[in-house]
Amino acid sequence: MSDASFFLEVLVGGLLAGVMYSLVAIGFVLVYKTSGVLNFAQGSMVLLSALTFVSLLERGIPFWASLLLTLGVMVLLGIAIERVVLRPLVNRPPIVLFMATLGLAYILEGGAQLVWDTEVHGLSLGIDDTPFRVAGVNVSSFDLVAAAIAGGMVLLLTAFFRFTHTGLAFRAAADDQFAALAVGLRLPRIWAAVWIASGIVALITGLLWGARLGVQFSLSQVVLKALPVLMLGGFDSITGAIVGGLLIGAFEKLSEVYVGPYFGGGIESWFAYVIALLFLLVRPSGLFGQKLIERV
Amino acid sequence: MATRSLTLFPVRLAGIPSWVPVAVLLTSAYGIVPLLGSTYLFEAILLPFLCLSLAAVGLNLLTGYAGQLSLGSAAFMAVGAFGAYNFSLRVPGLPLLASFALGGVAAALVGLIFGLPSLRLRGFYLAVSTLAAQFFVQWALTKINWFSNDNPSGVIDAPPISLFGISLQSPAGRYLFTLTVVLALTAFTARLVRTRTGHNFLAIRDNELAARVIGVPVLRTKLLAFVVSSFIVGVAGALWAFAYLRTVEPAGFDLSRSFEIVFIIIIGGLATIRGAFLGAALMVVFPLLLSRVGSLLLGKRFDSGALDLSQHIVLGALIIFFLITEPDGLSSLLGRLTAILFPQNTNHNPKQ
Repeated sequence: MSDASFFLEVLVGGLLAGVMYSLVAIGFVLVYKTSGVLNFAQGSMVLLSALTFVSLLERGIPFWASLLLTLGVMVLLGIAIERVVLRPLVNRPPIVLFMATLGLAYILEGGAQLVWDTEVHGLSLGIDDTPFRVAGVNVSSFDLVAAAIAGGMVLLLTAFFRFTHTGLAFRAAADDQFAALAVGLRLPRIWAAVWIASGIVALITGLLWGARLGVQFSLSQVVLKALPVLMLGGFDSITGAIVGGLLIGAFEKLSEVYVGPYFGGGIESWFAYVIALLFLLVRPSGLFGQKLIERV
Repeated sequence: MATRSLTLFPVRLAGIPSWVPVAVLLTSAYGIVPLLGSTYLFEAILLPFLCLSLAAVGLNLLTGYAGQLSLGSAAFMAVGAFGAYNFSLRVPGLPLLASFALGGVAAALVGLIFGLPSLRLRGFYLAVSTLAAQFFVQWALTKINWFSNDNPSGVIDAPPISLFGISLQSPAGRYLFTLTVVLALTAFTARLVRTRTGHNFLAIRDNELAARVIGVPVLRTKLLAFVVSSFIVGVAGALWAFAYLRTVEPAGFDLSRSFEIVFIIIIGGLATIRGAFLGAALMVVFPLLLSRVGSLLLGKRFDSGALDLSQHIVLGALIIFFLITEPDGLSSLLGRLTAILFPQNTNHNPKQ
């Protein structure tokens, strides 16, 4: 195989892996965009949804019924989070809310594994994961489906934020909470809706990642893969999450192949962070993030 | 916030000079505990408590006082531990305290490097960038064998603790050694936050732009906060490895350890010295309590796996509970308790 086509193959593999990172990142962006909170619990929501789904499936409940039940769990969870965690913490600094989501992450992780179990579950979505060749490059149809789902989600969310009444309300709440309240928007309801939405994104992410890695505790660690993506793309941009995911995925795979051997391998745990960090030194709010305007 | 945290006890007890409680605490810590304490008390409670307290004091300086959230404390603990190990290994005849100090300096230098992004980034972007320190340091210590003296397992026995030729390797000895180091650095921190530098930290936390306007050297002060905090956290890591675990390994300094220290300062109270100790005490005692209560209620069904998971749940719930109901942490709770137990006589009307 020539060097160029090998490079291309690594690049495509990286881009497709990046799509999976973007999926996690989108969940973060939803919550950050509307409430200014970095939701560290997104990873545990991914774990919770995937574990619930796969456990229901293993108890003999049909696919669609399991999916609906899990969806119901995520909806209830979104409402519960707004009631129990967000509402009492209203008007507190974002960093406090971030720490609350850290606590939430611990509760969801522990709870999901205590209710179900800590075993590794295989999950099959009926999508073929064997590679085939396109223009001399190995591509897996699973990756293509994942990419299509991510693309569809971005389109849906973008249309939602732009054209629907609720989407407009989300943006209003993100822009200025007091103004949103003044024109009669119900912030608690909006927050509950956002958390439900991020729960649904977590479910989709959980199914795709779970089918790839198996459903187990390490699924909640995908959040650590998504954070550099968010830094690069900007915490509040869905486009940024996609572009950042693709960039990080590509850089990560390329560096693993071309740079990694000089470091003794295993550099993927931190390399993405370093790329994101170097980039942020030039552009402190990421590629597509809103620029902070400081006032006294 | 700052002035309140300076005294060891929140209120002056009626009619008792303020040095008395300090003296009582010191006498019992140095005189009574080493005589009466069991090995279990030292090994399972007091040593981890002291090490975590010191790490929390260090992080509190950075996060509570200077307002820069770091999620990479365990990395600086690891640098301190491995630094102290390598200095004592490679420099023959180096006194133990000197290698601890040099380990702290190594952590401070790493802290300086990973503090540089704070000059450009703030808030969540900075918090996430400190994760880079966490993952990079853990990777470097595992991959580069020089740090662990080419030990294939990556687990190294820490050298025994001795001062001036006197061995302190017994549990009580290691306790006294740790206690002394922790108290010295805590006293230093308590002093530091009262100086102009400490006030600069608070100014930057509360409003960076306003701080700049009144002439606080923002960039230098931020870096200083990273350096001093990392030094203290690094020494805490060296103590953790040398005095508590007696092994040096990167695995113990993972992300969950970093979170543990963040949790300690939230539960204990941000920007209080005494909060770091209260939070650490809770963090050490609470798993022990939970396992007792759990096995009492559920018997054999409460195995170590269930314990671990329910520990996570209760810990997470505690964090949220404290953030909602007691934002200033155990420290302010203790303050109110003492105020109820020992009402101050200044409130009395002298005519009555």
